[in-house]
Amino acid sequence: MTTLVLRRLLLFVPTLWVIATLTFFLVHLAPGGPFQSEKAIPAAARAQMARVYGLDRPLGQQYARFLWSAAHGDLGPSYEYPQRQVRDILRDGVRVSAELGGWALLLAVLTGVPAGVLAAVRQHRALDHAAMAIALAGVSVPNFVLGPLLVLVFSLGLYWLPPALWSGPASRVLPVVTLSVAYVAYIARLTRAGMLEVLRQDFVRTARAKGLSEPVVVVRHALRLGILPVVSYLGPAAARIMMGSIVVEQVFAIPGLGRQLVNAAFNRDYTLVLGAVLFYAASLMLLNLFVDVLYLRLDPRVEAA
Amino acid sequence: MSIGIAPPATVSQPDASRSLWSDAWRRLGRNHVAIASGGFLLLVCALAALSPWLPFLRDPTLQDLGLGATPPSWAHWFGTDDLGRDALARVLWGGRISMLVGLVGTAVSLLVGVTWGAIAGYAGGAVDEAMMRVVDVLYSLPYIFLVILLLVLFGHSIVLLFVALGLVQWLTMARIVRGQVLSLKRQTFVEAARALGASDGAIILRHLVPNTLGPVIVYTTLTVPAVILQEAFLSFLGLGVQPPASSWGTLVADGSRVLAIFPWLVIFPGLALSMTLLAFNFLGDGLRDALDPQDRRDVS
Repeated sequence: MTTLVLRRLLLFVPTLWVIATLTFFLVHLAPGGPFQSEKAIPAAARAQMARVYGLDRPLGQQYARFLWSAAHGDLGPSYEYPQRQVRDILRDGVRVSAELGGWALLLAVLTGVPAGVLAAVRQHRALDHAAMAIALAGVSVPNFVLGPLLVLVFSLGLYWLPPALWSGPASRVLPVVTLSVAYVAYIARLTRAGMLEVLRQDFVRTARAKGLSEPVVVVRHALRLGILPVVSYLGPAAARIMMGSIVVEQVFAIPGLGRQLVNAAFNRDYTLVLGAVLFYAASLMLLNLFVDVLYLRLDPRVEAA
Repeated sequence: MSIGIAPPATVSQPDASRSLWSDAWRRLGRNHVAIASGGFLLLVCALAALSPWLPFLRDPTLQDLGLGATPPSWAHWFGTDDLGRDALARVLWGGRISMLVGLVGTAVSLLVGVTWGAIAGYAGGAVDEAMMRVVDVLYSLPYIFLVILLLVLFGHSIVLLFVALGLVQWLTMARIVRGQVLSLKRQTFVEAARALGASDGAIILRHLVPNTLGPVIVYTTLTVPAVILQEAFLSFLGLGVQPPASSWGTLVADGSRVLAIFPWLVIFPGLALSMTLLAFNFLGDGLRDALDPQDRRDVS
C-alpha cells in the first residue's frame, strides 16, 4: 500500500508539470492580453504595468519564473484584482464550492444508495423499472435546464425559495438539489448494478440459509460489497462536485470556484486562470488517491490483483 | 469476452443465423424502450436535417416585432420569442446544430481513440506503456477548464468547438479499444493472418478493429449525447455556437434570461434537449445489453 501511494504521488509531479506548461503557453500564446480594456491607457502606463508583472520579459524567462514560484505555492497577485493574492481568491471560492458540493454529495449518497438497493431487491418489478427510468431521466436532464425549471416552479411560481444568490439556508436548497440530481441518478444505477452482482453470490445464499432476515442479509452482508462501485465512483465525483459546478454557480449566481474560473478566463486574468487550473488538477488527483486507498481498505482482494 | 471470439467478418459463416450480430439484433428487438428510443432519435434527426425544407415550418430568423413574445398557440405551437420569431422553427433549427456537433465530435473521438487504442494495444511493450501514460496524464487534466480557455482565448469558431469536444472524449475510447485488442491479438486468427503475410497495418485494420466493434458501438452511442451535452453547456456559457446560429444550448441560455416572463422559451428547447439525451442513453443501454450480455457492471 505504501509503495502504491508513493508511486502515485511521484506521478503527480509530471502530471502537474504537463498541466502547468500546457495552460501557461495556451494563455500566453493567445492573441490579446490582460491589460487591453476598452479604456485607452497611455503607452507608458501599459509598459509600466507589463514591467510590474514581468510581462515584458522573454516568454522562456516568464515560464521559468512561473514554474519556480508555483512550485513554492506562490501563485502571485490577480491581474484583475491586483490587491488580492490568487491564493486568497481561490480559498474563498473553494469554501463556497465545497459547501455546495458537500451538501449535494451527501444528498446524492443518502437518496441514491437506498434507491439502488430497493431497485436491486425488487429486480424486474414495477418499482425497479420506475426507479431506473427516473434515474436515467435524472442523468439526461442537463442541470442548466433543471436549474431554471426548479426556479420557475419553486421561486417564481410558489414563492417558496429564493431564486439565486448564496445567503441564508433557504438559498442553499435549489442549487444543492440541482447539482445533486445527476449524481443521485448515477449512484442509484451503480448501486443497483453492484447489488445485483453480489446478491447472486454464495455467501448471500449462506446468510439466507442460516435463517437471517432479508433486511439483515441485504444491508449487513450484501451492501458492504455491493457498494464498492459507488465508492470508486465517489472519488472523481467528489472531486468534481467539490470543485464546484460551473453551470450551477452560473445559474444561481454563486461565488464559487467554477464561476471564478469562467470569469477569470473572460477577464484574461492570467494568474488566476493558471492558479485555478493547477489547484483544481492537484485537488482532483489527491482526492482520487484518497479514494483508492479507501477502496483498498474496504476490499482487501484488490491488492492481490 | 464473447465478442472477441467471433471470427472476422471476411470468413464465411455457415450458420449465419446464429452469428453474434443476429443474436444481438434479436436481443435488441425485445427491448421495446431501446427500439422506441431509436425511432424517436431517427425522427428527431429527420426533422432536424430536413428543417430547411419542411413546408409548415416558418423561417426561424423571421422577426415580427409587432407580435413580440406570445405563449404557445395554434399558429405558433411553441410560442414566439421577444422578437416574434417562431420558437418551434428555432428549436428544430437548433437541433440541426446540436445533432451535427454531437455527430462530428463523436467522429473525431472515434478516429483518434480507436487509432490510438489499437496501435497501443497491438504494439505492446514500451510503446503501449508510453501511449497509455499519455492517456493517464490527459485524464487528470481539468479538461472542461482547458476547453473554456481555448474558446475564450482563440475565439469561438465552430471548427475549434468540434475539435475541442472530440478531443475531450477520445480517452475512454482509446482505453476500451486497447483492452479489446490486447485480448484479441493472441488469438489464432491473428496468427493465421500473420502467417499468410499480412502486414501489421492490415492486421490492425482488417482483423482487430472490426472485432472491437461491439463495445465501440455501445460507447459511441453514449458519446454522442455526452458531446451534445458539452456543446449545450459551452453554448450556455456563451462560448459555443454564436448568433444568428443557435443550438439547443443557446436557446436554453437565451430563454433562462427571460424565464420569469416567457417560461416557454426555456421549457421547449430544454425538453427537446433532455428527451434526445434520454433517448440516446436508453438506446446505449439497450445496445450494451444486446451486444455485451456478460458485462453489465459498468452502467455509465
